[in-house]
Amino acid sequence: MTTSAITATDLRKAYQDKVVLDGIDLDVASGSVFSLLGPNGAGKTTTVNILTTLSRADGGSVRVAGHDIDSDAKAVRKAIGVTGQFAAVDELLTGQENLQLMVDLSPVKNGKRVVEDLLERFELTESAGKPTSTYSGGMRRKLDLAMTLVGDPRIIFLDEPTTGLDPRSRRTMWSIVKDLVADGVTIFLTTQYLDEADQLADKIAVLDRGRIVAQGTPGELKRQIPGTHVRLRFTSVAELDAAARVISGSTRDDEALTLRVPGDGGTKSLRNLLDRLDEYAISAEEFSVHTPDLDDVFLALTGHNTTEVAAK
Amino acid sequence: MSAQTVMLRRNFKHIARNPTSVFNAVLMPIVIMLMFVYMLGDAFDVGVNYVDYATPGLMLLAICYGLGATATSVNSDMTKGIINRFKVMDVSRGAVLTGHVVASVLTNLVAIAALVGVAFALGFRPNASFLDWLGVLGMVVLLAFAAGWLTVALGLFAKSPETAGLASVPLVMLPFFSSAIAPADKMGPGLREFAEYQPFTPIIETVRGLLNGTPSAGYAITAVAWCLGIALAGYFWARSTFKKRA
Repeated sequence: MTTSAITATDLRKAYQDKVVLDGIDLDVASGSVFSLLGPNGAGKTTTVNILTTLSRADGGSVRVAGHDIDSDAKAVRKAIGVTGQFAAVDELLTGQENLQLMVDLSPVKNGKRVVEDLLERFELTESAGKPTSTYSGGMRRKLDLAMTLVGDPRIIFLDEPTTGLDPRSRRTMWSIVKDLVADGVTIFLTTQYLDEADQLADKIAVLDRGRIVAQGTPGELKRQIPGTHVRLRFTSVAELDAAARVISGSTRDDEALTLRVPGDGGTKSLRNLLDRLDEYAISAEEFSVHTPDLDDVFLALTGHNTTEVAAK
Repeated sequence: MSAQTVMLRRNFKHIARNPTSVFNAVLMPIVIMLMFVYMLGDAFDVGVNYVDYATPGLMLLAICYGLGATATSVNSDMTKGIINRFKVMDVSRGAVLTGHVVASVLTNLVAIAALVGVAFALGFRPNASFLDWLGVLGMVVLLAFAAGWLTVALGLFAKSPETAGLASVPLVMLPFFSSAIAPADKMGPGLREFAEYQPFTPIIETVRGLLNGTPSAGYAITAVAWCLGIALAGYFWARSTFKKRA
């Protein structure tokens, strides 16, 4: 039997007359990674703020680590660690002092050791003595997360931990998260990136305009969205006609003179496709491989894309 | 170590590493004092030596000049997520705010000490007894504390460090429209009434009376009432903003 680290029932929140959360149910199993996936403005940060006792919901109930967030907020705060959307590090202090500040504020034994270990684990030892105002974005995020880990929390909230990071720092962050999970920590992660949720999460909930529109394992979700496909562009309708005739399962767009061919993106299916074109002496003007991103998920699950949400 | 101590130590580190704001807070009142006393002092006829007249008001001005830095640093804690970080930890929720208030009061005291030192060099000769001086200290600390809470509230409420700094400007301007620089009864109509009834005038008159060796109970009661009122308003505003804003 798995126990729940976080459960939320019918969570509601509105700012003035703008509804931000419109009845959300969540159930995060202990020791798992749960990812809340959605575009800007979907209500991700609001959800995190409520689950972490930063703001109160208008309706619904939440239990975190077995404690009710309204009646027992103190116990919840003891159990959790939170890394917000913007690296909340003290810029006038050094990395080491930032960690020491957290140690001083937590009931941590052997604080000096904890600080040294965290600095080493996050590869910050070298810059530990420098003020964090000189740190790069990736270093700040790492320090931010290290500060969250000072009290060794068993439930960690990460609000868009990789937004604005370069690809290398993103990968580092991902491997840190994977290490935490290996230690049995429960992680609640929000992200705008499908690949991030896919990489890290055991379970994904897609949040759109304050509602959860889909929930499941990455595999279950991906089955609901259009998969990887190849797009071929031709110079004339005649060529498009010819290609559409010989490639089964393809969808044509007469206006753009393109042909959409579903596939798994692997080299084998690709060679088959090219061989087939070659066989009939058809050549495409342009060739591109398209992997599904958040936009595709939204289009598939909600019938509208992410920019419409942002504009609303 | 209590959370309060940790926070206060953090505020002191900030001051030590970014001394410009404190330097401004200490230097500006002295510049203003030199300007008024040295440059314009002879042109004012206030019945007594002008430096004796102006010093009490300038002491309060010194408090107000320190507030800009407090508002900015509280706001930067708020907008950069530092306060949220503390809020989701199991630590005393008021500690971060108390730290800012105490740091602000101590900065004010340094500025006032420097100012009074310069005043003495310019010929300031108060008739205050030791008890009067204690009264002055009490009044100054009370005002610094009250204004400190109000400023913390402003800092929490403002959208950005820039607007937070701007929001403290009226507090800096208020002493000028009181009996700090010139007696209220010499001002034009409208302004005179404003100067008479605004909180800084009774506070300044209280300090002036004490330094003169002739304390006035009437002014003192009004002054203390104003300070307590401002302190409470600031405290509750700060608390509710702190609770609400995430």
